[in-house]
This record gives sequence, structure tokens and C-alpha cells, in this order.
Amino acid sequence: MGSIFSLQQILNGLQLGSIYALIALGYTMVYGIVRLINFAHGDFFMIGAYAAYGSFYMFNALVAGRSGTLAFLVLLAAMIGGASIAYLTNKFAYKPLRYKPKLSSLITAIGVSMFIEYFFSALPAIGPSYRSFPDIIVRKEIRLGNAVISNLVIIDLAVAAILMVGLTLLVRKTTLGKAMRAVSQDKDAARLMGIDIEKVISFTFMVGGAFAGAAGLLAGMTYPRIFPYMGILPGLKAFIAAVLGGIGNIPGAMLGAYIMGIAETFASAYNSLIGEGIAFAILILVLLIRPRGLLGEKIADKI
Amino acid sequence: MNVRKLPRFLIAVVLFYIIVEILYKTEILNGYLLHIINLSLIYVILATSLNLINGITGQFSLGHMGFAAVGAYVSGSLTTLILKLSVTNPASMLPFLLSIIAGGVVAAFVGFLIGFPSLRLKGDYLAIVTLGFGEIIRTIFNNIDAVGGPRGLLGIPKFSNFTVILVAAFLTVVIIRNLIESSHGRAMLSIRENELAAELVGINTTRYKVMAFTFGAFFAGIAGGLLAHLIQLAHPTQFGFIKSVEVLIMIYAGGVGSLTGSILAAFGLTFLSEGLRLGIRALADATGLPIGGEWRMVVYALLLIFIMLFRNEGLMGMRESRIIKNVEVD
Repeated sequence: MGSIFSLQQILNGLQLGSIYALIALGYTMVYGIVRLINFAHGDFFMIGAYAAYGSFYMFNALVAGRSGTLAFLVLLAAMIGGASIAYLTNKFAYKPLRYKPKLSSLITAIGVSMFIEYFFSALPAIGPSYRSFPDIIVRKEIRLGNAVISNLVIIDLAVAAILMVGLTLLVRKTTLGKAMRAVSQDKDAARLMGIDIEKVISFTFMVGGAFAGAAGLLAGMTYPRIFPYMGILPGLKAFIAAVLGGIGNIPGAMLGAYIMGIAETFASAYNSLIGEGIAFAILILVLLIRPRGLLGEKIADKI
Repeated sequence: MNVRKLPRFLIAVVLFYIIVEILYKTEILNGYLLHIINLSLIYVILATSLNLINGITGQFSLGHMGFAAVGAYVSGSLTTLILKLSVTNPASMLPFLLSIIAGGVVAAFVGFLIGFPSLRLKGDYLAIVTLGFGEIIRTIFNNIDAVGGPRGLLGIPKFSNFTVILVAAFLTVVIIRNLIESSHGRAMLSIRENELAAELVGINTTRYKVMAFTFGAFFAGIAGGLLAHLIQLAHPTQFGFIKSVEVLIMIYAGGVGSLTGSILAAFGLTFLSEGLRLGIRALADATGLPIGGEWRMVVYALLLIFIMLFRNEGLMGMRESRIIKNVEVD
């Protein structure tokens, strides 16, 4: 294993951080736009993993042998799965409560999260038990100095990077992105400017869900085991990452997620108990010392 | 204000006690039903104490079972590991009760500590921090080998009986009611209604928030201790996030800020939960289909969502039954 702070550990941390970042972005975007901690977001991640799992077996026969095409189709399925559940959740659970007290939405979010988890584990076709995730891409290992890098590390980092660049472009350069930023700054003014707020909110949920779905696929490939409750802890940690970076802030969520990923990997290498607890310790420290998060004061990038 | 001459609530509870005892002695009520009544009463303590924090003071807490875990483990360790009490010895009752109170006091201290972050945090941030604290408490017990670690603390003597639990639930409701009806309680209510305005009229909001957490945690600790001595086990999974949510559902189903609502919901949902457990098992046996116990939680989750969507204020709203109220407020 070598030292706790080896290159290997940094890479593992970045890999975990990439997965957290994709989840955290959804949290932060939804929070930025409707001021709601979407507790069910971790479950979108789980749905993405199951959509990938299901579509792998569906497409495997169709595109036998061409693993690149297959991987792309599976990623698409995971993202569509995440986006659909996010759309439905917003439509049926959050939209009717939009102008009710905020705590009602928060409690509904807890209810939705519980519903998705238990409904999936209650369905006989899925069930509460672990399933091993298939190897969508053949694992290879590359030696780099004294570190062994699996090609999955590169794929995880690359997929996350591409999606994050895409999101940044979407938010900064497109009209829709401008509408998202406008709604997050001032909902009423945005409506007066003719922006269809509900459409923008719905779209934000779907983008967040798609990212969580992609994270579900990456997590399934990297830690090849999926189960209906797999979203709870990564969801919470990604939320903490979003808070660490300054909730509502997109670059903040990415930064927070990579810090969390690396901190957790280092701490786990030291002691697995500390690895589990470090997220909450970071959360409590951040909220006590700098409740706005690391980049919280920069308003320009808030969406 | 006009103080009532007859303490109606005391009479109601005594009547309830007599009826249950008679039904049990005449074997109309079996041990299983009595056990569910006991559980309901423990949930009454948990729900009313959480209502003090969430409903009355308006501080959204998601880690209530963490306090219960502290109470359960502290009192369980005292009676089982340190004092090694035995149920057959009648002289053990007093040390048992003191152990339960000790569990409550330690839980109150933890609540006092957790109350502090609430000074700076509001709404959903506070919810996450209390959730985090609850999970940290649970993780700590999960890793202390002296109290069984992940196996849980086993072999706790079964001291909790109907009488003890009913008296504890009665005292909890009365104390919380009196607190709410006192000037302290009015101050807590004002924080819920408008914190800024409360501060401007000179209410020390910090003090009352911490007070709500401390009282709430004390009673949760008592409930945890009683639960551990009822089911003879203190196990980390008993006190997880989902369990805290179950208590949360109770106060929202009953009505935020209504003790009557919390009591009714604690009974209603505990019985519903057991009913669903039996019903689902019977259905699975009868049809031969693979219907798992998870459906119980599916129903619970849907219940929570539907309450929020269609009856936001819960069963009772903010109203209080005349049986529970002590004073008439103009």
C-alpha cells in the first residue's frame, strides 16, 4: 500500500471525488434554484446505477463485442434514468408544494427518498440484496512509477471532466443557462422577464438527475456492487461536499467534492472508522467556521 | 388565565391504566398487544419531546434517535454491565429508575452540546447537522466494544413494564405541556413564529433554543432507556436515521405543535406499523407471492408524502385537546 499520502491514494481520492462531484452538482443546482435540499438526490444516483445495470444486459446482445458503443449506450441509459426520476419527483412531489413553507418540501423530500429506496427493494425484480455490477469495460492496469492505475480511474475522471465542462458551458453560454442563473438570483424578477420558471426548474432537476445517473454508472463500474440503499451515503457526502464548496455554487461543488474524495480516501487509509466519520466532521467544522462554504461569497457563479 | 380544578389528563391516564390492566388480567389483551401499547407509549415520549424541538420551537431536528441511543446505552450499561441488576430482585427497581434518569441526563447534556450549532444554523442546514450528529453518535456506539459494538448491548434485564412506561409517558406529557404553557414555552413559540421579532422584543432566542434541545434530548434519552429495557437490547440500527424519520412522521401526522396530535399519532402509527407487518405477512402467506416487509416502509413513505401534499397541518393542526390543556388562554 505504501504511505497514506502516496500518488495511488491521491488518484483514488480524485476518482471518488469525481463521483461525488457529479452528485454534488445536482444538489447545488437544485438548491440554487429552489432552495431545497433534495434528499432524494442520492436515490437518483442509485436509479442511474440500476438503469445502467439493466441496459447493459439489454444492449449487450445488440452490439455484441463493440464495448465502446455499449459503454456509451449504457451511460446514456443511466443519464436518462436519472433525469426521468428527477423529472417525476419534481413534478409530483415538489411542484405542488412550491409556495408552501420550505420545511414541507424538505419533509416531502425525505419521504420521496424513503419511497424510492424501499419501493425498489420491495420490488421482487430488484430486491434488497446486493448485485454485482458487470464489467462494461475490460479492466486494464497501467503502471506509473510505484502506483498502479486502473483504466477506470482515467474513465471516471474523464467522464466527470467532460460532463462538468459541458455543464459550465451550458450555464454560462446558453440562453437556458442564463435563465437558470436568473431564476436562482430572483425568481419573481425572472418571471416578470418572461421566463417560464417551472420549465427552468424542471430542466434543472433533469440535468441534476442525469449527472447523478452518470455518477451511478461510474460508481457501479468502479465499486462493482449495487443495491437499493447505495445512494444514501454518497448522497449525503455529496451534499456535504456541496455545502463545503458553498451551496448553490457550481465550481464550489466541484472543489468541495474533490476535497471530500481525497480527505475520505486518506482518512480511510489511516482508519476505516475515521474514513466514514470524516464527512460529518468536515460538515460540522464548515458550518461552524464558515457556514457559507469555501466559495460561498462569490455570487457571480450562483445558479 | 383560569386554572382548571380537575386535572382531566391525570384522570384520563388513570382510567386508561385501569382499563388496560383489567383487559390484560382477564386475558382479553394478550402479551403481544400489551407490548405494542408499551411501544406506543415510548413513541409518545419520543414524539412529544421531538415536538418540543420541531413543533414548538421550530428548530428542525433529524437526529432525535441519537439522543435515544445515548439514553439506551448509558442506562443499559449501568443496569447490565456495572450494577448487574436482576429483575427478580425487587430492590433493583430503584437503581433501574435512577439508571434511566442518568441516561436521560447524559442525553440532555449531549442535546445541550448539539443545541449550540443551532444558534448559527437555520432550517435545512440545521436538519443536516442534527442528522450528522445522530449518525456520529450511532457510529460511536457501533465501535465501542465494551457495549457490544455492531452486535449491540445484549442481555439487558426487562425492567420496563406497562406501569413504569405509562408513568414516564404521563410525566413527559405533563412536563412538556407545563413548559409550553409557561412563559418559557411562549418564548419558544415566538421563536418558531418569527425569530427576528422574538429577538426584538427581548427574548433570548439562544437560551430558549438550547433549552428546547436539552429538554427534548432528556426525554428522548428516557425513552431510549425504557425501550432498551423493554426489548432487552440496545442495538445501533435501532437508532438510525430512518427511526428518527419515523418519529418525525408521527409529529407531522399528528400536527406540528400539538401534543394531542403527537400522542394520537404515536398510538395510531405504532399500531398501523404492526398491523401492516402482520397484514403483509398474511398476504404473502395466502398468495404465495414474494411480498417483502419493505412494503411496510413504502406505505410509511407514501403516508408522509401524502400528509405533506394534502394535509399539511396534520391531524390536529396546532389544536390541543381539552383533556391535555391545563390553562385556558384568552
